[in-house]
Amino acid sequence: MTLLDIFERLEEMWIGEAIRTSYWLFPFIEAIHLVGLALLGGTVIVVDLRLLGLTLRSRPVAQVLLNARPYFILALLTMFSTGIPLALSEMIKLYYNFSWWVKISTLGVAILFTFLVRDRIVTRHDASRVTLGALGLVSLVLWFTVAGAGRWIGFS
Amino acid sequence: MSLRWFADWLDTHAWSTALHESFYMYPFIETTHVLALTLFVGTLAIVDLRMLGYAYRTTPISTISQSVLPWTVVGFVIMIVTGVLLFYAIPVRTYHSVWFRIKVIMIVLAAINAVHYHYRISKNRVLWDHAPKPPRSVRLTAAASIFLWVVVIFTGRMIAYNWFDCDRPQPDWVITVAGCVIDEVATL
Repeated sequence: MTLLDIFERLEEMWIGEAIRTSYWLFPFIEAIHLVGLALLGGTVIVVDLRLLGLTLRSRPVAQVLLNARPYFILALLTMFSTGIPLALSEMIKLYYNFSWWVKISTLGVAILFTFLVRDRIVTRHDASRVTLGALGLVSLVLWFTVAGAGRWIGFS
Repeated sequence: MSLRWFADWLDTHAWSTALHESFYMYPFIETTHVLALTLFVGTLAIVDLRMLGYAYRTTPISTISQSVLPWTVVGFVIMIVTGVLLFYAIPVRTYHSVWFRIKVIMIVLAAINAVHYHYRISKNRVLWDHAPKPPRSVRLTAAASIFLWVVVIFTGRMIAYNWFDCDRPQPDWVITVAGCVIDEVATL
């Protein structure tokens, strides 16, 4: 079974079928995906700007991060619970869509980087300012690549 | 008195057509518009969550506002500049869009809410600046802010869909709300 076969199987599932045959479902889920994007972006930006020393400088970096984290995770769950159905409705189109592959692979890297690298180092309280700034910069680049490539799926 | 003449006038601009038909510029501006949502609504959500008493409860509201809102303003400016350009590229259809009309009303309401907070509710901020959970009036403006901007995102996304366009058969209420010109509808 090739990867394309798997994508075809996934597209045939009832959930994708339901979205394709509905007039409103795709736009509606897409709009929730955008609301999730705003919250996801906000929670990423406020932490990364703090790491870069560009906001909330009077507050410890770990405090800024830990306060944003529940909403970052909430936003991530919103993105997955809307993004997966959207993808299932057009798996074959996505298979041939370069932007989608960029988005998905960068997303994997961004999630791993955020939880396993950025958040761990930040909450250890012993990183230098340069290290923290670099973490913030890499995180911003990764997440904005995910978002930009995501928007570009519709254009390519 | 309708503002249709203004949309018609923009539509005569060669740059409007060029932007609409450009291969990269239009998608680039639209992507910027969408990505700036993170900076605008995303950072505003952080401030609203603080005002609701849901996040940064040990940080004074004034600290969050003064430190985060400048970034919100940067996001807002990007939204306005790219949004105006997107309207400029497709003026007549957007002018008649039911979704765009709801969106503009919601933005006006959100602006009124923000002004009301800034000039009225925040006057006695010293009393609740450090409160983990601020008074009801403060939480209400924050909730209204989140609600209105979520509706703006929703309606903004829906502009792309042509369900209520004037060049399709529409029920009377859509023709009224969209301000469709009947002669044009008949000829299409």
